[in-house]
Amino acid sequence: MKWVSLLRVALILALVGLLEVLCRTGGIDTFTMQAPSKILVDLGQMLSSGKLNASIAKTMSNASIAFVLAVSVGIVVAVLIHTKPTLREALDPLFATYYAIPVLAFYPMFIIIFGLGNVPKILIAFMLGVVAVIVNTLNGLDRVPRVLIKSARIARLSPTQTALKVTLPFAAPFILTGVKFAIAYALIGIIGSEFIMSTDGMGFEIAFAYNNFDNATMYPLILLVVLVSISANMLLGMWERKILSRRGLL
Amino acid sequence: MNMRSLRGPLMLTTSIFVLWQATFWMVGDMALRSPLSTLLYSSDLLSRESFYPHLIETCTAFGAAIIIAVASGLAIGLLLGLSQLARGVLEPMLVAMYSIPKVTLYPILLLAFGLGMPAKIAFGAIHGFIPIALFTINAVRNIRPILLKTGRMLKMNKMQMVWRIIMPAALPEIFTGLRVGFSLTMIGTVLGEMFASQRGLGYMLMNAIGLHNVDVIMSITLMLVVFAASVSSLLLAIDRRMHR
Repeated sequence: MKWVSLLRVALILALVGLLEVLCRTGGIDTFTMQAPSKILVDLGQMLSSGKLNASIAKTMSNASIAFVLAVSVGIVVAVLIHTKPTLREALDPLFATYYAIPVLAFYPMFIIIFGLGNVPKILIAFMLGVVAVIVNTLNGLDRVPRVLIKSARIARLSPTQTALKVTLPFAAPFILTGVKFAIAYALIGIIGSEFIMSTDGMGFEIAFAYNNFDNATMYPLILLVVLVSISANMLLGMWERKILSRRGLL
Repeated sequence: MNMRSLRGPLMLTTSIFVLWQATFWMVGDMALRSPLSTLLYSSDLLSRESFYPHLIETCTAFGAAIIIAVASGLAIGLLLGLSQLARGVLEPMLVAMYSIPKVTLYPILLLAFGLGMPAKIAFGAIHGFIPIALFTINAVRNIRPILLKTGRMLKMNKMQMVWRIIMPAALPEIFTGLRVGFSLTMIGTVLGEMFASQRGLGYMLMNAIGLHNVDVIMSITLMLVVFAASVSSLLLAIDRRMHR
């Protein structure tokens, strides 16, 4: 399957090349799109000049806080819900329809309640991510074989020990799926809310650059966001494959 | 529908309203409105003439976006599902696109399509078509081989295979994709209206922040949530019936 990946890289390079040619020859005007090579050069300059580093750090730290909160709260809540079937019955319809609700529409309300700052953004990103973690963790916990739980009971493990030593490790690949969603949602939540209304952050800088026709700032920032999210996802994907292959599932 | 299947949603709705009322008592009416006054204001809003252009704008954008998302998602999904090579090359690219925060791409769409309806539609459609395509790819790939063999034995041509065998066999799984696609298209459309837009519910939300109009914010948020939750529940019920 090696040459399929080669073909994919070739296809991506060809598309980027086509874009480059179209931009250089004026097929696409520079107001709409910048040549990929120029975006890369601009990105290098932007990072080395450091004038946007504060915004980048802001967005990344907010996204990390939201991500850590979503994952830790999500796993704990899932373990608790798993032991209470009635609670789960009540919450199941919420989980099933949750992602149909435009969570970002709550952002204006949160700004009014908490003021314009980090809290409403982190809250939005947390709300987006936490349910994906809960749902995927529950899914993993449902699949723990009875024999493992019985063994835990024979070894007289407390519920906390059972969760930490038996059920959660077994559910790890499923939780990891939730974690991948949580990363994507943390970035979407933070950058999305910075876009809508904010005073700092990458989303704000992109929106600001857009309003000022400053393509030399806007495109490198967009590229940076895309690169960060894709590489975070690929790293987790590699880890996931490692866990799965250790269990002989791949 | 029996009483038992309604118990969960009923308990949920009740507790949400109780929580809402409790938060209102805690936070006070500078920042929030009570459930009752939000409902009253919503009905007031719905009886106003000036509200409808915004509602129609959002509905049109959403309708066009969902049509484009479904059509392109199904087409790409079928093509990639049927060709192993195309799937190997393109599926990881689709998965990577799924994880990108698409908000960041909105300025590019605005530059490409200009301010207004087309950019909103494109933004909604981009959100929706990826899950539909991914679910369709999986659905087509997981069709039982015996069904395809039967079709070949009956000397069906490509079109007949798609319409008579692949679509019916893959429909339950594709429907799950459509359900996810519906949600994401709606999120995309509203999000698109919240940034650089002159009309629509998303624009009304943004305008209301500027004017600190809590009534409008709460009412429109409520309407969006109620619409999304009810359509999504309906789709979920159909989805579960199909998978039985």
